Amino acid sequence: MDVSQYLEIFLDETNEHLQNLNTQILSLEQDPENMDTINEIFRAAHSLKGMAGTMGYKRMQTLTHDMENVFSEVRNGNIKVKADMIDVLFQCLDALEEYNTNIRESSDEGTNDNGALIKRLNDIMGDGSGEEPALAAAAAVKEQAPSAPEAQASDAGGFVGIKLNENQQSVLTEAIKQGKRVYGLTVKVQESCILKAARAFLVFKAIEDTSEIIVSDPSSQDIEDEKFDLHFSLIIVSEAELNEVVTAAKAVSEIEDVSGSVLNLDDVGAGAAEESHAAETEEQAAAPAPAETAQPPVETPAAAPAEAAQAPAAAPAPAPAPAAKKAPVNKPVVNRTVRVDIEKLDTLMNLVSELIIAKNSLVSASAMSGNSSQAVNEQIEYLESVTTSLHESVMKVRMVPIESTVNKFPRMVRDLQKKLGKKMELYMSGEETELDRTVVDQIGDPLMHLLRNSADHGLESAAVRKERGKPEVGSIFLDAYQDGNNVVIEVRDDGNGIDTKAVKNKAIERGVITPEQGEAMSEKEIINLLFNAGFSTAKVVSDVSGRGVGLDVVKSMIESLSGEVEVKSRLGEGSTWTIRLPLTLAIIQALMVEIGDEKYAIALGSIQTIEDILPSDVKLVQAKEVIQLRDLVIPLVRLNEILDIPSKKDPEENLVVVVVKKGDKLAGLVVDELIGQQEIVIKSLGKYISKCKIISGATVLGDGEVALILDANTLI
Amino acid sequence: MNEVEELRPVGETTQFIVIKLGEEQYGIDIKYIDNIVRMQHITRVPKVDEYLKGVINLRGEVIPVMSIRIKMGLEKDVETKSSRIIILKLEQQGTIGVIVDEVREVVTLENERIEKVAYDSKDENANFLCGVGKSDGGLISLLDLNAVVLESV
Repeated sequence: MDVSQYLEIFLDETNEHLQNLNTQILSLEQDPENMDTINEIFRAAHSLKGMAGTMGYKRMQTLTHDMENVFSEVRNGNIKVKADMIDVLFQCLDALEEYNTNIRESSDEGTNDNGALIKRLNDIMGDGSGEEPALAAAAAVKEQAPSAPEAQASDAGGFVGIKLNENQQSVLTEAIKQGKRVYGLTVKVQESCILKAARAFLVFKAIEDTSEIIVSDPSSQDIEDEKFDLHFSLIIVSEAELNEVVTAAKAVSEIEDVSGSVLNLDDVGAGAAEESHAAETEEQAAAPAPAETAQPPVETPAAAPAEAAQAPAAAPAPAPAPAAKKAPVNKPVVNRTVRVDIEKLDTLMNLVSELIIAKNSLVSASAMSGNSSQAVNEQIEYLESVTTSLHESVMKVRMVPIESTVNKFPRMVRDLQKKLGKKMELYMSGEETELDRTVVDQIGDPLMHLLRNSADHGLESAAVRKERGKPEVGSIFLDAYQDGNNVVIEVRDDGNGIDTKAVKNKAIERGVITPEQGEAMSEKEIINLLFNAGFSTAKVVSDVSGRGVGLDVVKSMIESLSGEVEVKSRLGEGSTWTIRLPLTLAIIQALMVEIGDEKYAIALGSIQTIEDILPSDVKLVQAKEVIQLRDLVIPLVRLNEILDIPSKKDPEENLVVVVVKKGDKLAGLVVDELIGQQEIVIKSLGKYISKCKIISGATVLGDGEVALILDANTLI
Repeated sequence: MNEVEELRPVGETTQFIVIKLGEEQYGIDIKYIDNIVRMQHITRVPKVDEYLKGVINLRGEVIPVMSIRIKMGLEKDVETKSSRIIILKLEQQGTIGVIVDEVREVVTLENERIEKVAYDSKDENANFLCGVGKSDGGLISLLDLNAVVLESV
């Protein structure tokens, strides 16, 4: 079978599942008893196995199969989650990741069998259940349905054997009190049926039109996974006649037979009571198993809306209470999504840009022609609001939560902890903060670097921390939040902070600065030396960080995304790295200014205030022009000098000063004239003109002319 | 001669657009030409080499424009009615516009009639040429666009 066309989807989904597994296993490490987590892991591993199998990646399938077996044992309570097991699982994930990379590069999974890992997985299972691994999966199925061996299920009374837990019993009792009827159904699927699970699902849906399914045997999960022979049994609560229900179920094709009868609750209760004492010990170990069955049997995402629709309908009855309590934890309502090639979005964004330019042209054309009638103006305003919302929506489509990138960090920190022998904990917040897809894709590496840096250089060893009266476990924080038109990502640690003296000495030693320069430098300037290429203060080069190819790369990567990075640090208390990124790279609000007879745009985001200054208020400090503004001394930058344009203005006239901000630094840009605010589309000047650092791009104005965009950051 | 013959097979023809810079005629291989537009306002870009005149808007795209005259050490461009900007599409540098005094005609030259010029370290302008073509209208200096556009160090 030619599967190449599915390769892209396969890789995407595999990545998602792997990420999910990473996250879930991490949380499992914290909370080894959490059944929701274990179920989620089981499901992800299962889907992975299925996908790998479909695509013909045998090795990947074998590995995931064994992982799934382990989870299945865990789910059944046969083995307990242990630290070494988590380690093995993580190694498995790494191995899967490797397969995935191989597939991405060569569409072949490679030849690594990972036999050792598989053996360890089997060992884990051997330890836990004392059974042969090959039998484990089969055993799992049996234990899921301990009271309903297949042979018994084949006769019409298969449902009689269904064991009920207390919740379910009370649900049934309640239902009968309310005058509803309880039926047992046994459904037989035709032997020739290929998609048993799908047929079973259709039966479930058909029954759910009129009734509520309380218990199914085997469990809905197993039915979904096709872990049943030809029969399955249900206990349902319904207001409809038995005949109706049976006919509805029979209407599903490839269903051979549906038999049902009205259930006497006493029968079921007695059955359960009989078995309860025998199952008591098992019940404790396998506590999740009944809980599992208690879920509404709609498990597939596609059924989620059906489930949602059903829930309010059944709301008056107290019956669904236990089921409803369970459902939201396990199955978030799945949004309907479409995967779109990022290139298509780029095209769309370009078209929107063109539209905005055309709109701007229209605005200036109507202003030029002079005959601006009311009607034309109204339509132009309408067009303006439409293009603005259009731009916003397209921008939003391109935005993804940074979650996909930062999710891998807890795992990384966990590994670092082992490698470095330090104790640390990563706290993350704001994972849902959204950024342009291209930015999210590229922000991962710089963030990873900063985290590694914090872990390696920032945090002290446990012994030192104790001595200093800090908690033994170091903390690293990763916080993301939106701040106006920017997104801020902070990496913070409570470690040692930056030792400016050590940095200074190192810089002098490396010849980056002279000792005299070092004397004159402020702490901040010294810290900024860290961003120089070839700089590392770690005394020993470890494979975590300290090769000196770190922070300068971080800085240049972030700058290439039009962002900026800053450090604040207190010796002994820790450091904070702040990354500030623009929300979007393509269209911004800008202030248009005139200098000489040229027009320039300044991004509105970087502008603090606009001031009117008397020439006499300009003072000289160290031969540099400054102004004083509300107790702040702000250096002046005469743009006409920097841009080599003769100013049109009389030196006696008041100065128009645009105060721009970069981090906590301010500067006043002197311009001749303000034109106004405008939405502009950023166009690159191309590689051919790359020498000019103060210009970050160009934009096409309404009259078709090109205006350059000043990069305020480089002027400060 | 060998090199030219390799590039332009004998027996075939190459089309050139003939332009004027001052009194001299130059030819630009037609395959590099994307467009020819009238002189328009060029937005100056500060702090770049003198020969880079700035950028223009070509149907929504921002395109850099350079002066061949300044690059070749000739006098500055004088904008006249016949001045044009030729938009070139080059593999390495992408799209770029060059200012010429006048666009005259398109000529088709048999490759036998193109002669390579010898590299002369004294004559800098010769380094911007990849050959000389003989047409009915006289001699045409064929521009080596990669050399013209190459950033001067």
